[in-house]
Amino acid sequence: MVTLNIDGTKVQAEEGSTILEVARFYGIDIPTLCYHDELTPYGACRLCMVEVDDGRRTRLVASCFYPVREGIRVRTNTERVVNGRKLILELLLARCPNSKTLQDLASKMGLEQIRFKMENKDCILCGLCVRMCAEQMGSGAIGFVGRGQNREVVTPFRVASEICRNCGACMYICPVVDLQCRGVKSPGELCNSCLVITPQCLEKYGQVMCTLESCGACIKKEEK
Amino acid sequence: MKKIRTPQELEALRNSLLQGINLNKPCVRVCLGTGCRARGSLDVAKAFRNEIKKQGLEIQVETKQTGCHGFCERGPVVVIAPKEIFYQRVKPRDVPEVVSKTLLNGEVVDRLLYINPATGQKALYEYEVPFYKKQTRLVLANNGRIDPTDILDYIAIDGYQALSKAITIMSCEEIIDIVEKSGLRGLGGGGFPTGRKWRLCREAAGDIKFVIGNGDEGDPGAFSDRSLMEGNPHSILEGMIIGAYAIGANQGYLYVRAEYPLALKHLQIAIDQARKYGFLGKNIFNSRFDFNIKINQGGGAFVCGESSALVASIEGKMGEPRAKYVHTVERGLWNKPTNLNNVKTWANVPLIINNGADWYTKIGTEKSKGTGIFSLVGKVNNTGLVEIPMGTPLRQIIYDIGGGILGGKKFKAVQTGGPSGGCIPAKLLDLPVDFEKLTEAGSMMGSGGMIVIDENTCMVDVARYFLDFLQNESCGKCVPCREGVKRMLEIITDITAGRGKEEDLELLQELAETVKDFSLCGLGKTAPNTVLSTLRYFRDEYEAHVRDKKCPAGVCKDLIEYFILEDKCTGCGACLKLCPQQAIDAYGLIHTIDPAKCIRCGICRDACPFEAIIVK
Repeated sequence: MVTLNIDGTKVQAEEGSTILEVARFYGIDIPTLCYHDELTPYGACRLCMVEVDDGRRTRLVASCFYPVREGIRVRTNTERVVNGRKLILELLLARCPNSKTLQDLASKMGLEQIRFKMENKDCILCGLCVRMCAEQMGSGAIGFVGRGQNREVVTPFRVASEICRNCGACMYICPVVDLQCRGVKSPGELCNSCLVITPQCLEKYGQVMCTLESCGACIKKEEK
Repeated sequence: MKKIRTPQELEALRNSLLQGINLNKPCVRVCLGTGCRARGSLDVAKAFRNEIKKQGLEIQVETKQTGCHGFCERGPVVVIAPKEIFYQRVKPRDVPEVVSKTLLNGEVVDRLLYINPATGQKALYEYEVPFYKKQTRLVLANNGRIDPTDILDYIAIDGYQALSKAITIMSCEEIIDIVEKSGLRGLGGGGFPTGRKWRLCREAAGDIKFVIGNGDEGDPGAFSDRSLMEGNPHSILEGMIIGAYAIGANQGYLYVRAEYPLALKHLQIAIDQARKYGFLGKNIFNSRFDFNIKINQGGGAFVCGESSALVASIEGKMGEPRAKYVHTVERGLWNKPTNLNNVKTWANVPLIINNGADWYTKIGTEKSKGTGIFSLVGKVNNTGLVEIPMGTPLRQIIYDIGGGILGGKKFKAVQTGGPSGGCIPAKLLDLPVDFEKLTEAGSMMGSGGMIVIDENTCMVDVARYFLDFLQNESCGKCVPCREGVKRMLEIITDITAGRGKEEDLELLQELAETVKDFSLCGLGKTAPNTVLSTLRYFRDEYEAHVRDKKCPAGVCKDLIEYFILEDKCTGCGACLKLCPQQAIDAYGLIHTIDPAKCIRCGICRDACPFEAIIVK
């Protein structure tokens, strides 16, 4: 076991686990897009970046990759971290404005505007489907091709793969393609309709019946 | 061929080689580096061979085809030993004269000598040329002396002596100690202390370890690794063998980009020869140490120069970086401890073993020891390969060695470190060049590119060029680099096209800082450096583009207009004939340019003999 400090709280963690795992275990929320419990970490979305002070210097690291070490101090919510996450989300939203996952994250993080030229793509290249197919399905029918702007997920040589079993695991795990946000009326708009779809009371107390006078949190904006 | 197994055998071979060399025998050394080849040095070398044969001088005169001499601007370069007479811009038609005059009679062919443009003096010998005079050539010292395809040449100049000393006399600990004490740092740009890296790798758990030589030099304008691999491949091999022995690795890889065919060829020849002589293979110097080197060719991805992407590429995976919170010295190639160094770093090792750590620490600054090798290019008179002690001021490199700015123009900035580096402005011209000082100035050492920029270059356009390069070379794995660089390029392209808004500069700054902080690998982390450094030092140029919609340097085509000065125009019609758009009208004597038709190609300005055409 190692002892470390996350957001001012002293916590214990098993050696070899990552900051993200430890933080989530203790209920500290770190947003991710390319991370999944059952898949190897990939470190591509960069939303899970946190500040780590290892005694020598403070630097930004990807918490999904960084193994906990004795005595490190982790801060998951500094201004630098939050602003960077927001800008990365803004970049992603400019690429895929109609993704519900991204729109929800934007509401949660309080993103106010998209300052870039809008595109209309589906895939955020998080690589979950590629890893799902290879690691959990043992198939490896899809992979990345191309570099930079030309990077995409396809089957080899862009023909129907012989080893693909049409299991649909890639679609199951995909955070963006299937879940489309219908609230975006014009390009560059942030929907914010589902802002309070997961009310804070639920996040805090789980599936208990709400006994409060209607706090309004459970009502969608559009129904107001 | 009997393999060399003891230091005595190596010494005996060297002595027999030295006895066979007549120091007074004339030797023609033709540079066959890539730069001189492009200027036709292959023909010059052939002409020398033919002419010598024709005159029946094969026994009296030796010809040698060497690697890059460094002074690429003046290629093809020919040096005639024993006097070391330096001829530049030699053409095949000059060869008979050189043979009959210099080789036979010892006379000098005047017109082939280098003339110092500043003083008008002729330089007879290589060491008299100002370009070489101010340099300290250690790693590149033998580039112009030996035939890179002949191991005997290398042995004759004390080659493999360091290896023999390291393996037979020194212990692994001693070797690492001496490298650590020398203060040698990674010359690929990172500047990590080499000795410490070796020690970490040696101490890492595991029986199987690897060493890698990184020759995947991809920066635009950098060619120092290439010249070294082409000109002195054995020095790299020797360093790698010593390192592998100290670390405990039995297999080495040289990762060289496929765009360097000559380097690949010379390295392969060197490896084969070293194996033949027993410097590679089993039981090197009877020490029970086995070591082999394999060459891996890079497929043309810039990102594969990054260590973890390079490792993935050797493994046969997609050339993509991974997070390096567990360092490669612990888990690298095939998850085994791996020590990766740039080829220049490896080539420094034999020098340190031969001359000792104290000798090496005397060169350079307090924290950066030894020499730095720079590819001096751009708007500078003497383009070429420069080796200087760390801490040499930029002014000395650009003015004393580089011979000043092309065409006597004003110096504006120097871009160091390739796409990862930044622009250093004229006010920092006295900055000593070492790892720390360059980083402080917002740039970096990188792989040693040094691009000189004059007053006629637009800094926004420079930033745009590098971003365009990086956008194409980003692997696309992580979001900040893939999307962020693309957006930065979008914003800067807008600015150069006159569509820039005031708030764009703030967004650009914010974006650059986030990309720098949040990217996965070195490529993304350093990608915004050019933008950040130009924003820091040349903000006025950005503002001129955004506010006044003007390009002060007269480069950005959408923001400039060509004019003909009435008082200077003589109506000669030189521009008129050359304009590809027929945009120039002549009413009587005075010519005018129709801005609607003009595509701002600048042909008219270059053609005008009276400097009557200006850019506004």
